[in-house]
Amino acid sequence: MVEITVLKRSRTEAALTQRKFFKKTAKGKVFKVLRERYLRDDVSCGIDGCKICHDTPLPSYGDKNHSSFPDGHFLLPDTNVFLSQMDLIESPLFGPPIILLQTVMEEVRHRSLPLYNRLKALTRMEDKKVWVFYNEFRSETAIVREEDETPNDRNDRGIRKATQWYAQHVALRSSSIRGQDQNSPTILLLTEDAANRFKAEKLGLSALSVRKYVEGMKDSPQLLDLLAAEGSDEIEPTRVATGRQVLYPEYLSTGILVAGVKAGSLHQGHFNANQYNYLEGNVSVPGFNKPILLIGRENMNRAVQGDVVVVEVFDEKEWKAPADEVVDQESTLKDDDAEESEGEGDAEKSGQLREKEAKMVKVEKIASLRSLERLPTGRIVGVIKRNWRAYVCHIESTSLTSSNSTSLSIQTVFATPVSRLLPRIRLRTRQAPTLLNQKILVTIDRWDATSRYPEGHFVRALGRAETKEAEQESLLLEFEVPYRPFGKAILDCLPQQGEQWVVPPKTESSKEWKDREDLRGLNICSIDPPGCQDIDDALHARVLPNGNVEAGVHIADVSHFVHPDTPMDNEAAARGTTVYLVDKRIDMLPALLGTNLCSLRPFVERLAFSAIWELSPEADIVNVRFTKSVIASKAAFTYEEAQIRKDDPHLQDDLTQSIRLLNTLAQKLKAKRMAAGALNLASPEVKIHLDSAESSDPIDVEQKEMRETNSLVEEFMLLANISVARKIEEVFPQTAVLRRHMPPPKTNFEKLQDLLEKRKGFKLDVSSSGVLAKSLDLCVDPDLPAFNTLVRIMATRCMLSAEYFCSGSVGKNTFGHYGLASSIYTHFTSPIRRYADVLAHRQLSAAIGYSPLHPSLHSKAHVERILEVVNKRHRLAQMASRASVEFYVGLALKARGERGGGTGVTEEAFVIRTFRNGIGIFVSKLGIEGLVTFKKDMLFDAENYTMTVAGMVISVFDKVVVRIEVEKDRNTHRGKVKMTLVSPIDSKGM
Amino acid sequence: MASRIEILNEGGFRSDGRRQFELRTIEIDLAQQGQADGSAVIAHGLTHVLVSVFGPREARMRSHTMHDRANINVEISLAAFSTGDRRKRSRGDKRILEFASTIKSTFEPVIQTTLYPRSQIDIFVQVVQQDGGLLQACINGTTLALITAGIAMLDFVCAISGGVHSTSPLLDLTNLEENDVPNMTVAVMPKTQKVSLLTMDTRLHVERFEEIFRLAVEAGSTILVEMKAAVLGRSSRLIESVDSSTQPHGLGVENDNS
Ligand SMILES: [Zn+2]
Repeated sequence: MVEITVLKRSRTEAALTQRKFFKKTAKGKVFKVLRERYLRDDVSCGIDGCKICHDTPLPSYGDKNHSSFPDGHFLLPDTNVFLSQMDLIESPLFGPPIILLQTVMEEVRHRSLPLYNRLKALTRMEDKKVWVFYNEFRSETAIVREEDETPNDRNDRGIRKATQWYAQHVALRSSSIRGQDQNSPTILLLTEDAANRFKAEKLGLSALSVRKYVEGMKDSPQLLDLLAAEGSDEIEPTRVATGRQVLYPEYLSTGILVAGVKAGSLHQGHFNANQYNYLEGNVSVPGFNKPILLIGRENMNRAVQGDVVVVEVFDEKEWKAPADEVVDQESTLKDDDAEESEGEGDAEKSGQLREKEAKMVKVEKIASLRSLERLPTGRIVGVIKRNWRAYVCHIESTSLTSSNSTSLSIQTVFATPVSRLLPRIRLRTRQAPTLLNQKILVTIDRWDATSRYPEGHFVRALGRAETKEAEQESLLLEFEVPYRPFGKAILDCLPQQGEQWVVPPKTESSKEWKDREDLRGLNICSIDPPGCQDIDDALHARVLPNGNVEAGVHIADVSHFVHPDTPMDNEAAARGTTVYLVDKRIDMLPALLGTNLCSLRPFVERLAFSAIWELSPEADIVNVRFTKSVIASKAAFTYEEAQIRKDDPHLQDDLTQSIRLLNTLAQKLKAKRMAAGALNLASPEVKIHLDSAESSDPIDVEQKEMRETNSLVEEFMLLANISVARKIEEVFPQTAVLRRHMPPPKTNFEKLQDLLEKRKGFKLDVSSSGVLAKSLDLCVDPDLPAFNTLVRIMATRCMLSAEYFCSGSVGKNTFGHYGLASSIYTHFTSPIRRYADVLAHRQLSAAIGYSPLHPSLHSKAHVERILEVVNKRHRLAQMASRASVEFYVGLALKARGERGGGTGVTEEAFVIRTFRNGIGIFVSKLGIEGLVTFKKDMLFDAENYTMTVAGMVISVFDKVVVRIEVEKDRNTHRGKVKMTLVSPIDSKGM
Repeated sequence: MASRIEILNEGGFRSDGRRQFELRTIEIDLAQQGQADGSAVIAHGLTHVLVSVFGPREARMRSHTMHDRANINVEISLAAFSTGDRRKRSRGDKRILEFASTIKSTFEPVIQTTLYPRSQIDIFVQVVQQDGGLLQACINGTTLALITAGIAMLDFVCAISGGVHSTSPLLDLTNLEENDVPNMTVAVMPKTQKVSLLTMDTRLHVERFEEIFRLAVEAGSTILVEMKAAVLGRSSRLIESVDSSTQPHGLGVENDNS
């Protein structure tokens, strides 16, 4: 029973507690807004040993490790400290307890949502001591903005007032401890604002700048590097700021940007950098069906991959085609000096560089002829939102002025991000020499109009480049994969019996058995890739007396263990998916569930969620039902084992019969899907052979083999997903968790269509998925068996990616899954490793009346919010897996090349793009793409996708032979795959 | 770019500093207003209404006369600046009519109308200022005005709004909260625990519904304490100030458990 009380507000505080103001909407309508605030005396200070407050997690005397505060201290940072120094505060070396004011928290939220989210994560970290003090609700610390006060000044005053209150509050406590000569700990206001510090000191408070404070800390050298780059005028006020050359146009004000976008004269979208050419990028905007092309540094105007920018589109006669040249920033900018370019003072040098870059973006004369390739072209006039994060980088050795490893002087150096989509970052560090050869994490702090490069600071080192640990961690960071071990609160959600947990004996009173079907007697088996530890699906089939077939798909009952709104559930929702790297798996759920209690291992009883169909011999669904169940799998096969078993005529046991029955049905199901217009898509999939579990040295790469039994499992999973999707959508039309694949805009295929027609004479009909499937089937070159797969891969890249969505949020006519040609679809079959499936399980469980639906799954807003995260995680996880494969392919190539005597590896490959100075190729056997570049421009026919190299004509789709070498870039120390042509001609030295 | 205000933050505070089950301050003024037979000014936080009751008196229109009981007439007016937007709502506004009929049907079974055949009871509700929980304020104000008018009722009627933010129930919603969370208003008669009104414009899951409903019924008793204190305060003031021969306006409710 809860206590219901009435809060009394005294009339005298009215000024503090009531606010009336008028708000004008965009349409000019005037609203009166009333707000009220209840001030209270029970807002806790959070400090242990306080006699007045409850709930006190902060240590009694704060932190006593700082040289200036031997009696202990607590930090009370202002808003700007969090806005600019988050890396410092997040560092594990930064230990003092922090008092986070509500005022500060709200201001951070107002200013930057990503930083606010980091701040919130900080308050939840187990090794950080952060206490949120709701100062605006405590009667002594609440304040009201005065008439002549700016909101900023008001907040600063509020922060000082709270500091003052804390100082008095802890003093009160100390003096009451009898007979002890303890001084009370200091409440230290941390602020970069000198005026604020001055005002605080006048009130008798302690205040310091971040730099001053960090200098007195135990680990100051490492921590000082984490300080964000400040505006150069602040660091070196003596420098003549006016002497600096403006390199970029200034941004327009937010008001003008917003108004322009609204009026349609400006356009808003995400900035995408071009991976082949660092001087080019594009922005997809709603107003144009093709992306807006941005050519050159000035037009890209300091945008970084992922930023939300506003562009102005030029007059149509100024539109250009994307460059047909490969431009690499490392080689072009290799001579630029980090120390000098800082001032950009050397006008001559700067001018040379500009000229060089201008040449790179020269307008090609025949570009106007290539009307097909001409794109709307424009320039960036403002940034709505930066999407900066920490980037994995290498320090460029040539940018160091001193590489003496004992040198601790501050140097300005360049860091080159691993991703080709990002600009090099300039940073100042004392540790430069020790960071060479390492992968390091760097964040961007600012990018001024007077600075060619963005400025950032060093966050931490990840380890030696090319070591597995460093590469693995940098991959996880680069794709934002959450990889911290599961915390205690999460592990506490697991069953207490741990590994010993078993399905309890079947009794009337057992709550596990309540409303569960006993399917232990069925001949259920699982079929997975070799070495699979998280078995989330198993199947069975048997002939019914009426001649129909009963087929069942049994999925691990994850929702039995993962309850909504628990720490484990929240963590799984934040992770969204399990991430598979070649040599590591980052689980969505703790291993106890994933690889044990929820894994449908053979010979043990497991809880399952079953979908059971009655299918006609023609594989038409007669009916379907869903039930929670207990199963006991009879076998765990690999695809290969299942295939062998199925094909062995001597085997007539029930299990084998069951596999054969499933296989026959699966073939019919597949035929039906294909007839309905499903696409047979392809992505380059290769398998890495690891030497042994311990060394995990790749010994070779091979393409994945597809067997009948792969398709068997796939068909039944599709069937289960579709059946479940129908059911949950029917019962929860507003909030069902579904998955869709939107049909791609026809324009996406234009280039591929043109290529196929000109080079191969094939016509690609893209008017529907069905006809596309048919015309893809016809793209066959009898001499080149891999050609069809290549075309499928290229066609797949023209499509949109599938996404999760909430059924009530979009029109019902957009539910369809284009690739599968299904009108509705969801993910149900892998709840151990995908969070969307967990939600689908909960909804299905409620749909069949097994359990009530958690209220959060009734809320459209909530489901949308979760799925947005899951979609993002899903996309990043796929990219991380691909990058991991690429890294290992590189290692395998290196190993293979070394075995072959250091001359590299030769492979057959397809030409997929032609540039003025190179060709893009795809090595299907290795599933990798690469570039062969030439030192000079070649005779190049963009219209017909051909180029002439030393008299040989090479065109797109030609089969060539390349030599692949992995060489180490001497400057950045990263391994680079280098390709050269071997046939039709040897391009070595060209 | 304004970011949204948090409805319930991690410290357990709502946007106005209250916790989940804390009601806003309730201010009641039962002083006589103009010519009315009974009147009450009630404020729940920043929502202020003035309710005036006239009657029971002879029905002004023949057609409204009922031979066995009193006819109840409810009219609502909004002060020009009481709502968010500045537009003046006319009495014929659909939303206002609906509101009036809700109040009417809430009180019809509570007022002992059969004691006043062929007569009419007029309830005029004037909304002075609103910040959420308007219906609860109207109902609580009407209860008090009816009592001061000395009209016989079976019980008090205490109303409260409630809603759910994610999975956390909240009581007595502000305008900001009403716009954000699924919500409902419940009116109960504390003595019998009977519910005389339940309105819900937004969808709410049945389990959440039960929880909030239970809480709202409980909150009814908390509000009752405030209302009774105001009524008793007024009575004692009347007794003090008025010559003992004059009858104070009697309490319409059989006072049993105060
Ligand atoms: Zn305290």
